[in-house]
Formats: sequence, C-alpha cells, structure tokens
Amino acid sequence: MSETMSTAPAGGAPAAEPEDDAILQVRNLKMYFPVKSTGIIRRTIGHVQAVDGVSFRVPAGGSLGLVGESGCGKSTTGRMVTRLYEPTGGSIMFDGQDITKINARGLKPLRREIQMIFQDPYTSLNPRHTVGSIVGAPLRIHGVLPKDKVLGRVQELLEIVGLNPEHYNRYPHEFSGGQRQRIGIARALTLQPKLLVADEPVSALDVSIQAQVINLLRDLQKEFNIAFLFIAHDLAVVRHFCPEVAVMYLGKIVEVGDRETLYNHPNHPYTQALLSAVPDVSQATIGGRRERIRLEGDVPSPINPPSGCRFRTRCPIAKDICAAVEPPLLQIGPRHKVACHFPGEIGAHPTEPVTQRLLGVDAHGQPDPGASPVEIPSGPGYSDTWFDLRSNALGRS
Amino acid sequence: MSDLDTHGSVSADVAGGDPEAVEGKSPFQLAMGRFRRDKLTLVALGFVVTYVTAAIAAPFLVKAGVLDPYTTNQDLIGPDTIPIGKWGGISWEHPLGIEPGIGRDALSRIWYGMTFSLGIALTATLFAIGLGVIIGIVSGGAGGKTDAVLGRLTDLTLAFPQTLMVLALYSLGLAFITGTLHVPGGDLANAVYVTAILGLFGWTGVGRLIRGQVLSIREREFVEAARMIGASKMRIYFREILPNLWAPILIMFSLYMPIFVSAEAALSFLGVGIKPPTPTLGNVLADSLDYAQADFVYFFAPAALIAIIVVSFNLLGDGLRDALDPKADR
Repeated sequence: MSETMSTAPAGGAPAAEPEDDAILQVRNLKMYFPVKSTGIIRRTIGHVQAVDGVSFRVPAGGSLGLVGESGCGKSTTGRMVTRLYEPTGGSIMFDGQDITKINARGLKPLRREIQMIFQDPYTSLNPRHTVGSIVGAPLRIHGVLPKDKVLGRVQELLEIVGLNPEHYNRYPHEFSGGQRQRIGIARALTLQPKLLVADEPVSALDVSIQAQVINLLRDLQKEFNIAFLFIAHDLAVVRHFCPEVAVMYLGKIVEVGDRETLYNHPNHPYTQALLSAVPDVSQATIGGRRERIRLEGDVPSPINPPSGCRFRTRCPIAKDICAAVEPPLLQIGPRHKVACHFPGEIGAHPTEPVTQRLLGVDAHGQPDPGASPVEIPSGPGYSDTWFDLRSNALGRS
Repeated sequence: MSDLDTHGSVSADVAGGDPEAVEGKSPFQLAMGRFRRDKLTLVALGFVVTYVTAAIAAPFLVKAGVLDPYTTNQDLIGPDTIPIGKWGGISWEHPLGIEPGIGRDALSRIWYGMTFSLGIALTATLFAIGLGVIIGIVSGGAGGKTDAVLGRLTDLTLAFPQTLMVLALYSLGLAFITGTLHVPGGDLANAVYVTAILGLFGWTGVGRLIRGQVLSIREREFVEAARMIGASKMRIYFREILPNLWAPILIMFSLYMPIFVSAEAALSFLGVGIKPPTPTLGNVLADSLDYAQADFVYFFAPAALIAIIVVSFNLLGDGLRDALDPKADR
C-alpha cells in the first residue's frame, strides 16, 4: 500500500493533466451571499454559501453539464462564470485569462467571448423591443458593425436559429415559447462567443419543443465550435447534450465524470438517488418497477450547512466519519471523480471509508497520528493516476 | 436602432415581396384598433382635441382681433358693476357676456386664459413627470444607498408644508427668478414660479410609483440579459427599463394634467401666479367668485371649463392605457 502511495504524484497539480484544450477552468469557486439583519443598522449576520468550492473545466468546443436540484448553486455558478456575480473566492480562468476579479472595463470585451442563454424566454426578452433590436443590441453596444450592416447580420442570425428573417420587426409576444428561446439563442450568438452558459435553456419549454431547441444548440456547437456550460435539472436532457456531467448538491460538486460512467455507474449516493428518480420507459413496458431511492428530509440550509459531508443528513449510508471530515473530490476512474467516503455502486458501497488513509484519519474521522495523509489533487481536470477502488490504492490503469 | 424600430413602414416593404404572407399588425395598429372601439375615450379625445386646438389658436385669434380679452366696455356695465342685460350681458358680440366691473369680454378672457392655464399645467406636468421618472428609475435601479437617500428626499418633499411655503416664498422666489435666472418680470416670472412650484412638489408620486415598477422590472431576466451583452447602466435604465414604464407614465400624465389645471386655479385664488390683466382660468375664476350670485354665468363658465378639462383628460388617459397596454396591471 505505502509503495503504491509513494508513486502517486505529490502536490495538487499533476503535470500530466491534459489541460491545454480547456477554454474554461474553474478552481475552488465560492459565492457567499451576505444575510443582513432587519432594522436600521443592517449587520451581516450570516452567509448563504450558495457555491462553496467548486472546480471544473470545460474543453474548447466541448460541453459540461451541471445538474442538481433547485437551490444547489448551479445557476449561481453559471452567473459567476459569466461574471454577472463577482465570486467571493476561487478563480475562473477563461482562455488563459483570469477573469475572477476583472473590473467593469475589462468585462465588456469579455462579453464578446462568454454569453448566456437564459432560462425563461418569457422574461428574458424585453417586451418593448423588436426582435431585430434585441438581437442587434450586442452589435450596437460593442460597435462591431457599421449601422447599415446590423440589419443584415440580424437576419442572418435569425435564419441560423431557424426563424423567419423577415420577422425582425416583430415583438417578442408575437412568438411562441420555443421561438422566443431561439431569439434568446440568436442574441447570445450575435457576438460569436467561445463559451455559452446555458442556464436551464429548455426547462421552461414544452417537452415537444425541448428536443428541437436542444438539437439546435447541438448544431450550433458543431458549426461554430462553441463550448457549453449546460446547466439543467433534467438528467435526460443533459445526458443527450453533454459528454461530461457534474452533479451538484448544496453548493458543492459531489460527482463528476463522463456521461457513460456517471449515468451507468454512479458512485455517489446522491447521484444514485437522483438517477433512480428518472422515469424509465423500458421499465414501464415490461411492467417492472425499478427500486427508487427515497431521500429523507429536506435540503439543509446553505446558511448553516452540515459539518463534514453536506449530504450526510440525508444519506442512506452515512457514518461517523461523514460528520467529522469532508470527503475530497477523489478521482476513482479515468474520467470520474466522486466526493464520498464510501464510493461504490448501489449495494456495493464499501463498509470502511476508503478515504481514511488518504486523509490521515481513522474510520470515525478522528485524526490518526500514525497515518501519512496524501494531498489529493483538487484541480479542475483529471489526472492520469487515480484511486482504484478495487485495490484501495492510488495507481493508474 | 432607428432603422429597426420603424416597424410601420418597413413591414409594408417586406410584406410586399410575398403576396401570400398574412399581413401582420404592428402593436401600434392593434392599439389603435382597441382605441377606436372605445367610444367614451373617443368622446373624451374629441373634447381634448377641441380645447387644446382652441388653446393653441387663441393667441392668433387675439392677434387677429377676433378675441379681445383686454378692451373694457364700461358702457355695458350697470351702476351696480353688474353687466346690463340678462345672463351677464350675453349678446352676439359677447357670447358669454362680459366681465362685471370693467366689462371685458368674458369668452375672450376664458378662452385666452385657458391657453395660459393649459400651458402652465403641461409644462409643470412634464417637469414633474420628468423629475419623478428620473429619480424613480435611478432610485429603483441603483438600490442601496442611492435608493435610501432618494427615498428620504421624497419623504422630505412630501412632509414640506407646501401651501404655506409657496405663499411665504412667493416674493423671494420671484426675486430669485428675475434676479438670478434673469427671467423678465411680470407674467413670465410668475408662470415660471408656479410651474417650478408645481413640478418641484409634484414629482413625489411619480417617483414612488416608478420606483416600485422598476423594482419589479429589474428582476426580470431581460435586464440581466442586457448586462450580459455589456449594456451600460444608463442604457439599462433608459433603453431597457424606461420603455416598460409607458403605462404608469401615461396614467400619471392623465392624472397630473387636470390636477395641475386645478392647482393653478387654486394658487391663483391665493394670489400666486399670473396676475390680471393677463387671464388664466385660475385668476378669472378667482375674480368671478365675487359675482357668483350676482352674475352666475361669469362664475359658471370658467368653473365648467375646468371641470370639462379635468374629466376629459382623466377619461382619455384611462382609454389610452387600456388601448396601449391591455395586459397592464390595474
């Protein structure tokens, strides 16, 4: 065991990480919203830890799905990446540039690189502006085209997203939800961004329209080589769209991996519960009922999150160590990381915490003076060495 | 922006290329359709158009000699200062009779006075609404300390003992207007004082209403979308949020015009504002109060005109709101 450990790369940033193709790298991102007391003197009496230490990467032209239930911080993460919010901590690297603390002046050129598709097409378009004026606004604000060319570009964009280019002089209320979302997409495309943050782009649409919009996004991604940070709570949509998926719970990423691994071999109990809640048509045809994992209780308050593992209050397999020590996001496969002391497929969770040696604690989470803790890489990407669950040791395949 | 927003003319060109295309109606056309179906509003509009046209025409008619608000007709006044003849001396030459006392033509004075009254009310309304809209948008849009400061300013303005101060500061204000601002004294200085007073104390309602609306509008995603595409604060306030405030601004306009028409009359009664011989509805009415019993027509005519202006403006504003913004919350 100790031999294997010593071969593990020391330090937090293994040199072999293939990070060169990442357009977006987020490290340990935090967003705390102050909670103010009522009254005349409004003191800060606490913080909503909406996002607390999130790391991920999005490859250029690729897409990462961010899933989780309402209030888990996925939208906040998207708004930090687009810099609608200023992060409390951590760093965002976009295309080799640190955009974490960039000021208003630096933000404007960034707007041409990162754009956003909003959730609700009924409120994200100004009802008093024509479609042409909405889609053309970014061109006018950034002054990229002479005035007489704007209309042509707008019509071109409308055609790209599958709308009639003659409709530029209509108002948003003359369109259906799906068409409105297409207008929102056209606006996001206007400045030809490299990264699109799609904040639940289809959850406000009819199911029959969702597929059309998703396929449109997919075609656009191929055509213009746009990277996507795809935020959604619909697991099926994310599975369709994103080769890589991260699952968030209460401000933290609990599991991240490539699509096949995450959907077929989830290792975190929360991911397993989430996936078990997805309706399955094939189950219905054979008449069987898949077992659903029912989580007890509610999501705890992000103002005062549970100690240790944030999921432990609802976790079916939680033990002492979960309250004492926070599980690191441990890589357990070539493209698979999980933040759990007992990672394993349903029914195959280990009985002893696999992380205890790595963290230098005993099975109850108490400090173990005899142990030799290992620094676990916390960076956004994947390393080519990982913790093998079968041999219970760090190694490579 | 401009080439995209002229929906009326451009859509006609586009539709011309495709004979099969269904002719879409622009929102303005739809609004006009709704407006035309609203009979009461059309009647109100008829009244408004009539007296606004009349008010605009009055100075020219005075110049042409058709209206004569200044010539006295002592020969038509009886020894008791009441006009000779029935109904305040109504005749073909003086359709509304003549003014008791010195015998100026009543119709001319009311008609010409309406021009001054509407002019003052319109200027004051635009001033108050402009001030209120700017303060409301900035207050609601910026939030935080700015909002708190502007909110207290509103409270302070509301708590100010207006009527008392307007009277007390009259001579001081006039001195400031003529002295510091170099406005020629007399009618113009008086008009500026009244307009300034009405505007400076009148914006608070608009400001609060607009602030409330902005608070709800700024949470809509299109404001965030505007920030996302790099829009400046000014653009967000005045290009994204302001167009969504048409309905409340229109309502406020329709309410403030009549309020200021009667406010001008009230101030005239208290001795503030344009003085005779220049007529305003206010000073004509104030003058006529002395003769309310002896010469009822002379008292009734300006009062009735003020009532018509107030009611028709309110109805027109209501109708416009229904037509322009069918989905607006009442």
